[in-house]
Amino acid sequence: MAVETTAPAQAPALRLLRMTLNGRPVELEIAPRELLLPVLRDRLGMKGAKLSCDVQVCGACTVLLDGVPVSSCTTLAYEADGKSVETIEGLAHDGRLHPIQAAFIECGAFQCGFCTSGMILSTKALLAETARPTRDEIAAYLSGNICRCTGYWNIITAVEDAAGRLAGDGEEEGA
Amino acid sequence: MLGQFDICRPGSVAEASAVVAERGDDAVFYAGGTELLILMKERLLEPALLVDIKTIPGLDAIALDPGGRSLLLGGLATHRAVERSPLVREVLPELAAMETAVANVRVRHAGTLGGNLCFAEPHSDPATLLIALDAAFTLASASGARDVPAADFCVGFLTTVREPEELLARITIPLPGAATRVAYERFKTHERPDASAAATLTVDDGVVTDARIAIGCVGERPTRVPEAERALIGQAPSPDAFAAAADLVRDLVEPTEDPFASSDYKRHLARTLTLRALARAGAADGGTNGR
Ligand SMILES: Cc1cc2nc3c(=O)[nH]c(=O)nc-3n(C[C@H](O)[C@H](O)[C@H](O)COP(=O)(O)OP(=O)(O)OC[C@H]3O[C@@H](n4cnc5c(N)ncnc54)[C@H](O)[C@@H]3O)c2cc1C
Ligand code: FES
Ligand code: FES
Repeated sequence: MAVETTAPAQAPALRLLRMTLNGRPVELEIAPRELLLPVLRDRLGMKGAKLSCDVQVCGACTVLLDGVPVSSCTTLAYEADGKSVETIEGLAHDGRLHPIQAAFIECGAFQCGFCTSGMILSTKALLAETARPTRDEIAAYLSGNICRCTGYWNIITAVEDAAGRLAGDGEEEGA
Repeated sequence: MLGQFDICRPGSVAEASAVVAERGDDAVFYAGGTELLILMKERLLEPALLVDIKTIPGLDAIALDPGGRSLLLGGLATHRAVERSPLVREVLPELAAMETAVANVRVRHAGTLGGNLCFAEPHSDPATLLIALDAAFTLASASGARDVPAADFCVGFLTTVREPEELLARITIPLPGAATRVAYERFKTHERPDASAAATLTVDDGVVTDARIAIGCVGERPTRVPEAERALIGQAPSPDAFAAAADLVRDLVEPTEDPFASSDYKRHLARTLTLRALARAGAADGGTNGR
């Protein structure tokens, strides 16, 4: 239960949050009321996830929790305890873009880029589940990620392209 | 920023229920948080304690009852788990298909059936289909458990017959027989459906012997329309019979006017969706039954 409070009335005890962030173990103290998005952005410096609607509609704040897409704007940081969290910052390795990132660039799948981190992470979850989704399946899966710029066509094309890259279609591509 | 609160993690239904019984309004069950956290952000609700029921073992199970006659869904089963369950897809594909359309994939991953039903937001997809399927909800507390028919569970806007310390532990859905087909139809212009209709139709020897029609999202609570059901019994499953039943639905539903849709528009939607559901449930190759 909560510690005996001296200072701010009813502030409950802090808890230890242990998670893996982009492959690295991270440990920090959190208050129960802290949301995952501000913890990632303001305390851990991961600015790729964006705050937009704040009500689980737009997907700009999407990160992966044990591989599953969540709205970090409306997920308590508490939920990440013992889990792996993946943000857009974790995708490129040794200066090499992830194949999904490369596909988004090559297909012109973004303009302002505000939705892009979320789009790419949702795409990663989709392709882990369905290696070769149809355009309809892509549209359905990404329907909770809103883009105000592109009109979606190029995004869907980029996801198809990324699926091909991940399946090794392009051989030497992306070096 | 959310107000101050603490979180506890009870190990059993009895323990979770006891905490809520003892703390009263101060404590609420916390499942996926997809509704709760939004209310708390708006300070419409300021509980001092979230009782996290997600880690209570077994509450998210999806299985058949031992006799194989009913599908059992744990109250903590997520929309996504129901949508992707091979068992649900096999024995009740219309339920899996309904779940595919709920919200977006993130909300479906976090949101639970129990949370959806207990919150009793009028625009619930599962509530409507579960009424047509004649499901029952098991409410469990430290002092025991009781079963409530789906049709009697929600009694008004955000209001159910559940006591605060009762946890929706299980949903029991009797599997439709070979002669019964199920169809669910929804229409939306915004995030959640504006109207939905669920129908089950049992046809024996070219005659409708049983029918259930549930309408959701247009009023304060999802409801059956018994007059429309009765109009179908004894009829051939024909377009005329379906149109007559759908007209009754249009006339008898009690829509709530909202900024996005007038009562007339909602009546029109209810009629059209009923017609579509009946047509699909009535077609030899449409709708879905059990296996
Ligand atoms: C953007 C968005 C879109 C949506 N679209 C749809 C849609 O298209 N169709 C639709 O049907 N729904 C829709 N929803 C609602 C969604 O289905 C529900 O939010 C979700 O299922 C609620 O479950 P939860 O576990 O998150 O509940 P929580 O938010 O954790 O809890 C909700 C309420 O139920 C209580 N509660 C939770 N679990 C139990 C239990 N087992 N027993 C007793 N009480 C309990 C809590 O105390 C709380 O009062 C949408 C929601 C969002 C945010
Ligand atoms: S900011 Fe989280 S879904 Fe829009
Ligand atoms: S690129 Fe601007 S919102 Fe998608």
